[in-house]
Amino acid sequence: MSAGPGNWPDQLFDTLKRGGIRQVGYVPDAGHSRLIERCRADGEIRDVVLTTEEEGVALAAGAWLGGERTALLMQSSGVGNCINMLSLSRACRFPLLMFITMRGEWEEFNPWQVPMGSIVEPVLKLCEADIYRVRTPDEVASTAERALQQAFGDERIAAVILSQQLIGKKVWTK
Amino acid sequence: MKLERRAAMATLLADRGDDLLVVPGLGSTAWDAAAAGDDDRNFYLWGAMGGAAMIGLGLALAQPGRRVAVITGDGEMLMGLGSLATIGIQKPRNLAIIVFDNGVYGETGMQPSHTQSGVDLLSVAGACGIATCLDVRDEPALIDLAGRLKRLNEMLFARVLIAADEPPRVLPLRDGVALKKRFRAAIGLNP
Repeated sequence: MSAGPGNWPDQLFDTLKRGGIRQVGYVPDAGHSRLIERCRADGEIRDVVLTTEEEGVALAAGAWLGGERTALLMQSSGVGNCINMLSLSRACRFPLLMFITMRGEWEEFNPWQVPMGSIVEPVLKLCEADIYRVRTPDEVASTAERALQQAFGDERIAAVILSQQLIGKKVWTK
Repeated sequence: MKLERRAAMATLLADRGDDLLVVPGLGSTAWDAAAAGDDDRNFYLWGAMGGAAMIGLGLALAQPGRRVAVITGDGEMLMGLGSLATIGIQKPRNLAIIVFDNGVYGETGMQPSHTQSGVDLLSVAGACGIATCLDVRDEPALIDLAGRLKRLNEMLFARVLIAADEPPRVLPLRDGVALKKRFRAAIGLNP
Protein backbone atom coordinates (compact mmCIF):
# COMPACT_ATOMS: atom_id res chain seq x y z
CA MET A 1 0.00 0.00 0.00
CA SER A 2 1.59 3.29 -1.00
CA ALA A 3 1.38 6.09 1.51
CA GLY A 4 0.86 9.03 -0.84
CA PRO A 5 -1.46 11.85 0.26
CA GLY A 6 -4.24 10.72 -2.07
CA ASN A 7 -4.29 7.32 -0.46
CA TRP A 8 -5.88 8.25 2.84
CA PRO A 9 -9.09 6.29 2.10
CA ASP A 10 -6.99 3.14 1.68
CA GLN A 11 -5.16 3.86 4.91
CA LEU A 12 -8.49 4.39 6.61
CA PHE A 13 -9.73 1.08 5.26
CA ASP A 14 -6.62 -0.68 6.60
CA THR A 15 -7.24 0.90 10.01
CA LEU A 16 -10.82 -0.37 10.04
CA LYS A 17 -9.63 -3.86 9.12
CA ARG A 18 -6.95 -3.87 11.83
CA GLY A 19 -9.53 -2.63 14.31
CA GLY A 20 -11.82 -5.59 13.65
CA ILE A 21 -14.68 -3.67 12.00
CA ARG A 22 -17.14 -6.21 10.57
CA GLN A 23 -20.11 -4.06 9.55
CA VAL A 24 -19.98 -0.76 7.69
CA GLY A 25 -23.15 1.30 7.34
CA TYR A 26 -23.22 4.21 4.92
CA VAL A 27 -25.30 6.56 2.87
CA PRO A 28 -23.40 6.92 -0.41
CA ASP A 29 -21.15 9.97 -0.46
CA ALA A 30 -18.55 11.21 -2.93
CA GLY A 31 -15.94 11.85 -0.23
CA HIS A 32 -16.26 8.27 1.01
CA SER A 33 -16.51 6.65 -2.43
CA ARG A 34 -13.09 4.96 -2.38
CA LEU A 35 -13.59 3.66 1.17
CA ILE A 36 -17.07 2.36 0.30
CA GLU A 37 -15.62 0.61 -2.73
CA ARG A 38 -12.98 -1.09 -0.57
CA CYS A 39 -15.58 -2.18 1.99
CA ARG A 40 -17.87 -3.56 -0.70
CA ALA A 41 -15.02 -5.59 -2.17
CA ASP A 42 -13.95 -7.05 1.19
CA GLY A 43 -15.11 -10.56 2.03
CA GLU A 44 -15.12 -10.07 5.82
CA ILE A 45 -16.89 -6.73 6.01
CA ARG A 46 -20.64 -6.58 5.60
CA ASP A 47 -21.47 -3.35 3.80
CA VAL A 48 -24.94 -2.03 4.58
CA VAL A 49 -26.23 0.78 2.40
CA LEU A 50 -28.73 2.86 4.37
CA THR A 51 -31.66 5.03 3.33
CA THR A 52 -30.86 7.52 6.10
CA GLU A 53 -27.97 7.84 8.51
CA GLU A 54 -29.97 7.23 11.68
CA GLU A 55 -30.44 3.64 10.52
CA GLY A 56 -26.71 3.23 10.92
CA VAL A 57 -26.79 4.28 14.57
CA ALA A 58 -29.32 1.52 15.26
CA LEU A 59 -27.38 -0.97 13.11
CA ALA A 60 -24.21 -0.32 15.12
CA ALA A 61 -26.10 -0.82 18.40
CA GLY A 62 -27.52 -4.15 17.23
CA ALA A 63 -24.14 -5.29 15.96
CA TRP A 64 -22.53 -4.50 19.32
CA LEU A 65 -25.27 -6.41 21.16
CA GLY A 66 -24.20 -9.35 19.00
CA GLY A 67 -20.48 -8.79 19.51
CA GLU A 68 -19.49 -7.05 16.28
CA ARG A 69 -17.88 -3.69 15.61
CA THR A 70 -19.41 -1.26 13.11
CA ALA A 71 -18.20 1.90 11.41
CA LEU A 72 -20.69 4.46 10.12
CA LEU A 73 -19.82 6.63 7.12
CA MET A 74 -21.69 9.80 6.28
CA GLN A 75 -21.55 13.33 4.98
CA SER A 76 -21.98 16.30 7.33
CA SER A 77 -25.66 16.63 6.39
CA GLY A 78 -26.23 13.11 7.71
CA VAL A 79 -25.28 14.14 11.25
CA GLY A 80 -28.54 16.03 11.51
CA ASN A 81 -30.44 12.91 10.56
CA CYS A 82 -28.93 11.00 13.48
CA ILE A 83 -29.73 13.22 16.44
CA ASN A 84 -32.60 11.44 18.17
CA MET A 85 -31.21 7.99 17.38
CA LEU A 86 -27.98 8.98 19.16
CA SER A 87 -30.08 8.73 22.33
CA LEU A 88 -29.74 4.98 21.87
CA SER A 89 -25.95 5.17 21.90
CA ARG A 90 -25.96 7.54 24.87
CA ALA A 91 -28.61 5.86 27.04
CA CYS A 92 -27.05 2.42 26.63
CA ARG A 93 -23.40 3.43 26.12
CA PHE A 94 -23.13 1.73 22.77
CA PRO A 95 -19.83 2.33 21.01
CA LEU A 96 -20.32 4.36 17.84
CA LEU A 97 -17.52 5.12 15.39
CA MET A 98 -18.48 7.74 12.81
CA PHE A 99 -16.52 9.07 9.85
CA ILE A 100 -17.98 12.33 8.63
CA THR A 101 -16.95 14.04 5.40
CA MET A 102 -17.50 17.78 5.60
CA ARG A 103 -19.43 19.97 3.22
CA GLY A 104 -20.20 23.63 3.52
CA GLU A 105 -16.92 24.79 5.05
CA TRP A 106 -14.33 25.25 2.27
CA GLU A 107 -14.82 26.28 -1.35
CA GLU A 108 -18.44 25.18 -1.15
CA PHE A 109 -20.46 25.91 -4.27
CA ASN A 110 -23.81 24.86 -2.80
CA PRO A 111 -25.04 27.26 -0.09
CA TRP A 112 -27.62 24.70 1.09
CA GLN A 113 -24.75 22.65 2.53
CA VAL A 114 -23.71 25.46 4.87
CA PRO A 115 -26.49 25.43 7.51
CA MET A 116 -25.89 21.83 8.61
CA GLY A 117 -22.16 21.81 7.87
CA SER A 118 -21.63 24.79 10.16
CA ILE A 119 -23.22 23.10 13.19
CA VAL A 120 -21.84 19.57 12.91
CA GLU A 121 -19.27 19.98 15.68
CA PRO A 122 -21.47 21.79 18.25
CA VAL A 123 -24.32 19.36 17.66
CA LEU A 124 -22.07 16.35 18.14
CA LYS A 125 -20.59 17.93 21.28
CA LEU A 126 -24.10 18.34 22.69
CA CYS A 127 -24.57 14.63 22.01
CA GLU A 128 -21.48 13.89 24.14
CA ALA A 129 -19.42 12.67 21.19
CA ASP A 130 -15.64 12.77 21.23
CA ILE A 131 -14.59 14.75 18.17
CA TYR A 132 -11.48 14.12 16.12
CA ARG A 133 -10.91 16.69 13.38
CA VAL A 134 -8.62 15.73 10.51
CA ARG A 135 -7.26 18.40 8.18
CA THR A 136 -4.38 16.73 6.36
CA PRO A 137 -3.98 13.30 4.73
CA ASP A 138 -1.10 12.24 6.94
CA GLU A 139 -3.28 12.56 10.07
CA VAL A 140 -6.07 10.28 8.86
CA ALA A 141 -4.85 6.81 9.85
CA SER A 142 -3.45 7.73 13.26
CA THR A 143 -6.53 9.77 14.18
CA ALA A 144 -8.87 6.99 13.05
CA GLU A 145 -6.91 4.56 15.20
CA ARG A 146 -7.36 6.75 18.30
CA ALA A 147 -11.07 7.24 17.62
CA LEU A 148 -11.55 3.51 17.15
CA GLN A 149 -9.91 2.76 20.47
CA GLN A 150 -11.94 5.42 22.20
CA ALA A 151 -15.23 4.18 20.74
CA PHE A 152 -14.83 0.48 21.47
CA GLY A 153 -12.51 0.63 24.44
CA ASP A 154 -14.54 3.15 26.40
CA GLU A 155 -17.99 2.63 24.81
CA ARG A 156 -18.23 6.17 23.52
CA ILE A 157 -19.43 8.01 20.45
CA ALA A 158 -16.27 8.88 18.52
CA ALA A 159 -16.67 11.10 15.47
CA VAL A 160 -13.82 11.57 13.02
CA ILE A 161 -14.48 14.71 11.01
CA LEU A 162 -12.76 14.78 7.64
CA SER A 163 -12.34 18.40 6.58
CA GLN A 164 -13.63 19.49 3.20
CA GLN A 165 -10.12 20.70 2.38
CA LEU A 166 -8.92 17.11 2.66
CA ILE A 167 -11.62 15.75 0.40
CA GLY A 168 -11.39 18.43 -2.25
CA LYS A 169 -13.81 20.52 -4.16
CA LYS A 170 -16.87 18.99 -5.77
CA VAL A 171 -16.81 19.50 -9.53
CA TRP A 172 -20.11 21.03 -10.64
CA THR A 173 -19.53 21.48 -14.34
CA LYS A 174 -17.78 18.95 -16.51
CA MET B 1 -62.41 -10.94 16.08
CA LYS B 2 -58.90 -9.51 16.18
CA LEU B 3 -56.11 -11.12 18.15
CA GLU B 4 -55.41 -9.95 21.68
CA ARG B 5 -51.87 -8.55 21.95
CA ARG B 6 -50.75 -10.13 25.23
CA ALA B 7 -51.94 -13.59 24.18
CA ALA B 8 -50.35 -13.15 20.76
CA MET B 9 -46.97 -12.24 22.30
CA ALA B 10 -47.21 -15.16 24.73
CA THR B 11 -47.88 -17.55 21.83
CA LEU B 12 -44.90 -16.25 19.84
CA LEU B 13 -42.50 -16.45 22.77
CA ALA B 14 -43.69 -19.71 24.38
CA ASP B 15 -40.83 -22.23 24.69
CA ARG B 16 -38.65 -19.71 22.87
CA GLY B 17 -35.40 -21.61 23.16
CA ASP B 18 -31.99 -20.30 24.21
CA ASP B 19 -31.09 -19.07 20.76
CA LEU B 20 -33.97 -16.62 20.24
CA LEU B 21 -32.96 -12.99 20.70
CA VAL B 22 -35.84 -10.52 20.91
CA VAL B 23 -35.92 -6.78 20.25
CA PRO B 24 -39.29 -5.41 21.42
CA GLY B 25 -40.05 -1.96 20.02
CA LEU B 26 -40.75 0.93 22.38
CA GLY B 27 -44.17 1.20 23.95
CA SER B 28 -46.80 -1.48 24.05
CA THR B 29 -44.78 -4.28 22.45
CA ALA B 30 -42.12 -3.83 25.14
CA TRP B 31 -44.79 -4.19 27.84
CA ASP B 32 -46.20 -7.23 26.01
CA ALA B 33 -42.78 -8.90 25.89
CA ALA B 34 -42.20 -8.16 29.58
CA ALA B 35 -45.62 -9.60 30.41
CA ALA B 36 -44.77 -12.78 28.50
CA GLY B 37 -41.84 -13.28 30.89
CA ASP B 38 -38.68 -11.28 31.33
CA ASP B 39 -35.59 -12.71 29.68
CA ASP B 40 -31.97 -11.53 29.53
CA ARG B 41 -32.10 -12.03 25.78
CA ASN B 42 -34.78 -9.34 25.38
CA PHE B 43 -33.40 -5.94 24.48
CA TYR B 44 -36.36 -3.71 25.30
CA LEU B 45 -36.45 -0.30 23.67
CA TRP B 46 -37.56 2.69 25.70
CA GLY B 47 -36.77 5.13 22.91
CA ALA B 48 -34.99 5.07 19.54
CA MET B 49 -38.34 5.13 17.76
CA GLY B 50 -37.95 3.85 14.22
CA GLY B 51 -34.79 1.93 15.08
CA ALA B 52 -36.05 -1.49 16.17
CA ALA B 53 -35.76 -3.21 12.78
CA MET B 54 -32.24 -1.87 12.21
CA ILE B 55 -31.09 -3.03 15.66
CA GLY B 56 -32.45 -6.42 14.64
CA LEU B 57 -30.47 -6.29 11.39
CA GLY B 58 -27.15 -5.48 13.09
CA LEU B 59 -27.77 -8.20 15.65
CA ALA B 60 -28.82 -10.82 13.07
CA LEU B 61 -25.72 -10.13 10.96
CA ALA B 62 -23.48 -10.37 14.03
CA GLN B 63 -25.10 -13.57 15.32
CA PRO B 64 -25.85 -15.75 12.29
CA GLY B 65 -26.15 -18.84 14.50
CA ARG B 66 -29.01 -17.42 16.55
CA ARG B 67 -32.55 -16.35 15.63
CA VAL B 68 -33.53 -12.69 15.98
CA ALA B 69 -37.12 -11.44 16.31
CA VAL B 70 -37.96 -7.76 16.20
CA ILE B 71 -41.47 -7.37 17.57
CA THR B 72 -42.74 -3.83 17.28
CA GLY B 73 -45.83 -1.73 16.69
CA ASP B 74 -47.19 -0.13 13.51
CA GLY B 75 -46.26 3.41 14.63
CA GLU B 76 -42.69 2.42 15.40
CA MET B 77 -42.38 0.60 12.06
CA LEU B 78 -43.81 3.55 10.16
CA MET B 79 -41.08 5.81 11.54
CA GLY B 80 -38.44 3.42 10.19
CA LEU B 81 -40.09 2.53 6.89
CA GLY B 82 -36.83 3.12 5.02
CA SER B 83 -35.18 0.41 7.09
CA LEU B 84 -37.37 -2.14 5.30
CA ALA B 85 -35.61 -1.13 2.06
CA THR B 86 -32.23 -1.49 3.79
CA ILE B 87 -33.14 -4.87 5.28
CA GLY B 88 -34.78 -6.04 2.05
CA ILE B 89 -31.44 -6.05 0.27
CA GLN B 90 -29.56 -7.71 3.18
CA LYS B 91 -32.11 -10.42 4.03
CA PRO B 92 -30.34 -12.26 6.83
CA ARG B 93 -31.89 -15.74 7.09
CA ASN B 94 -32.13 -15.49 10.86
CA LEU B 95 -34.21 -12.31 11.12
CA ALA B 96 -37.97 -11.99 11.64
CA ILE B 97 -39.69 -8.62 11.75
CA ILE B 98 -43.10 -8.89 13.34
CA VAL B 99 -45.38 -5.86 13.52
CA PHE B 100 -48.30 -5.78 15.93
CA ASP B 101 -50.67 -3.59 13.94
CA ASN B 102 -53.64 -2.10 15.75
CA GLY B 103 -53.92 1.01 13.59
CA VAL B 104 -53.41 3.40 16.50
CA TYR B 105 -50.69 5.09 18.52
CA GLY B 106 -51.66 3.43 21.78
CA GLU B 107 -49.10 5.08 24.07
CA THR B 108 -50.13 8.61 23.18
CA GLY B 109 -53.89 8.40 23.34
CA MET B 110 -55.04 6.07 20.58
CA GLN B 111 -54.67 8.51 17.70
CA PRO B 112 -55.13 6.77 14.33
CA SER B 113 -51.98 5.62 12.55
CA HIS B 114 -51.49 5.52 8.79
CA THR B 115 -52.30 1.79 8.68
CA GLN B 116 -55.85 2.52 9.74
CA SER B 117 -56.27 4.66 6.62
CA GLY B 118 -55.00 2.08 4.18
CA VAL B 119 -51.20 2.12 4.40
CA ASP B 120 -50.34 -1.55 4.07
CA LEU B 121 -47.09 -2.55 5.80
CA LEU B 122 -47.26 -6.03 4.31
CA SER B 123 -47.19 -4.63 0.78
CA VAL B 124 -44.35 -2.28 1.71
CA ALA B 125 -42.28 -5.17 3.05
CA GLY B 126 -43.01 -7.23 -0.05
CA ALA B 127 -42.12 -4.34 -2.34
CA CYS B 128 -38.82 -4.02 -0.46
CA GLY B 129 -37.88 -7.53 -1.52
CA ILE B 130 -38.79 -9.57 1.55
CA ALA B 131 -40.07 -12.80 0.02
CA THR B 132 -41.97 -14.20 2.99
CA CYS B 133 -44.60 -11.74 4.20
CA LEU B 134 -47.28 -13.19 6.41
CA ASP B 135 -50.70 -11.71 7.08
CA VAL B 136 -51.63 -12.94 10.55
CA ARG B 137 -55.28 -12.35 11.34
CA ASP B 138 -56.38 -15.33 13.41
CA GLU B 139 -55.21 -17.99 15.84
CA PRO B 140 -54.19 -20.62 13.23
CA ALA B 141 -52.07 -18.04 11.36
CA LEU B 142 -50.48 -16.98 14.66
CA ILE B 143 -49.62 -20.57 15.53
CA ASP B 144 -48.14 -20.99 12.06
CA LEU B 145 -46.00 -17.87 12.63
CA ALA B 146 -44.82 -19.16 16.02
CA GLY B 147 -43.79 -22.41 14.32
CA ARG B 148 -41.90 -20.57 11.59
CA LEU B 149 -40.13 -18.50 14.22
CA LYS B 150 -38.92 -21.70 15.91
CA ARG B 151 -37.28 -23.00 12.75
CA LEU B 152 -36.38 -19.65 11.21
CA ASN B 153 -34.16 -20.15 8.16
CA GLU B 154 -35.26 -17.37 5.84
CA MET B 155 -36.00 -13.77 6.54
CA LEU B 156 -39.64 -13.10 7.23
CA PHE B 157 -41.94 -10.18 7.83
CA ALA B 158 -45.27 -10.62 9.57
CA ARG B 159 -48.10 -8.25 10.27
CA VAL B 160 -50.17 -9.39 13.19
CA LEU B 161 -53.55 -7.68 13.30
CA ILE B 162 -54.37 -7.04 16.93
CA ALA B 163 -57.23 -5.36 18.74
CA ALA B 164 -56.70 -1.75 19.83
CA ASP B 165 -56.81 -2.36 23.55
CA GLU B 166 -54.59 -1.21 26.36
CA PRO B 167 -53.81 -3.93 28.88
CA PRO B 168 -52.15 -2.83 32.15
CA ARG B 169 -48.52 -1.86 31.67
CA VAL B 170 -45.86 -4.36 32.65
CA LEU B 171 -42.66 -2.35 32.79
CA PRO B 172 -39.31 -4.04 32.16
CA LEU B 173 -35.89 -2.84 33.30
CA ARG B 174 -35.28 0.62 31.86
CA ASP B 175 -31.58 1.14 32.51
CA GLY B 176 -30.12 0.91 28.99
CA VAL B 177 -26.61 0.05 30.12
CA ALA B 178 -27.90 -2.76 32.32
CA LEU B 179 -30.10 -4.09 29.49
CA LYS B 180 -27.11 -4.11 27.16
CA LYS B 181 -24.78 -5.79 29.64
CA ARG B 182 -27.17 -8.54 30.63
CA PHE B 183 -28.02 -9.23 27.00
CA ARG B 184 -24.35 -9.57 26.00
CA ALA B 185 -23.59 -11.72 29.02
CA ALA B 186 -26.53 -14.00 28.20
CA ILE B 187 -25.05 -14.82 24.80
CA GLY B 188 -21.55 -15.38 26.12
CA LEU B 189 -19.99 -12.01 25.35
CA ASN B 190 -17.95 -9.86 27.70
CA PRO B 191 -20.71 -7.57 29.10
